[in-house]
Amino acid sequence: MHSYGYRANAVLTFSLTLLAVMCAMASLSDNRNSPSPSAHVQLRSLILNVTSFHRLSLYVVSMAMNISADLQSLFTWNTKQVFVFLAAEYRTPKHSLNQISLWDGIIPSKEHAKFWIHTSNKYRFIDQGSNLRGKEFNLTMHWHVMPKTGKMFADKIVMPGYRLPEEYR
Amino acid sequence: MDWVSDTVKSIQLRQTLTQFVTLGMVLSSALIMWKGLMCVTGSESPVVVVISGSMEPGFRRGDILFLHMSKDPIRAGEIVVFNIDVHERHDIEETYILTKGDNNDVDDRVMYNRGQRWLQQHHIMGRAVGILPYVGWATIIMTEKPIVKYIVIGALGLLVLTIKE
Repeated sequence: MHSYGYRANAVLTFSLTLLAVMCAMASLSDNRNSPSPSAHVQLRSLILNVTSFHRLSLYVVSMAMNISADLQSLFTWNTKQVFVFLAAEYRTPKHSLNQISLWDGIIPSKEHAKFWIHTSNKYRFIDQGSNLRGKEFNLTMHWHVMPKTGKMFADKIVMPGYRLPEEYR
Repeated sequence: MDWVSDTVKSIQLRQTLTQFVTLGMVLSSALIMWKGLMCVTGSESPVVVVISGSMEPGFRRGDILFLHMSKDPIRAGEIVVFNIDVHERHDIEETYILTKGDNNDVDDRVMYNRGQRWLQQHHIMGRAVGILPYVGWATIIMTEKPIVKYIVIGALGLLVLTIKE
């Protein structure tokens, strides 16, 4: 009971168990946080283009927008970063929900969580082939709170009421 | 005095057998826990190690991810682990999924099968719901330098056979 082997084993087991308990408690402490985020998107321009690819028409949307948000209340001491992205959501006859990520960003700390940016869409807004003319869509800001250790949280704010142009250029 | 040496030999045999049975019990309970975890999470690989740096700085190489899978359709923003070698099955409503790593410049289409532009629900192994940093380095070292794996297994085998308790 007094050899180095036994002592090393006991120390290792105890420290690993303690680490696991600390990680679990760190993760549980995130539940006490009740966040109150806000977001707003203003579309500066919205243009619908049509190109053709192997005799298929592709509808491509280019947009410029102002995105402003205050996500500071999401950060806790156990937060490594917040991944935020803006998605356009709309309905087509073939698919009940289409979600396209237009812009995303990584917020590394609380100081960066209140922002106002002017940007064009980072990723192409293309539909698989259905008609996007005059299509109504929501812009939803999603975020993922990625912890230093433990459970991840995700939530969103839906901003409805946007509409694609009737005519394409 | 033959009965003394016979008794001693049978005790040694029983000890050795007990050790093997104990080893078997440890391995079986590990297997039971793993399979149980597969049932509870609904994923074929409920715990995975992050090997590439494609999700930095959120998930680093060597982090452990806990996965969970449900019949709910995959929605935008979910962090998923996928396997493109899964064969076709019929789903109730087809979902088309395009993935991209946070740290990559382009989407993952280059990794899909030839001519495949979308993932389907059955390619998804699970959604990442939790993270444990750094713990996965042991697995990465054992995979990338197999000599370490052999040393560890050899040492464990020696320990099992030589420790008397």
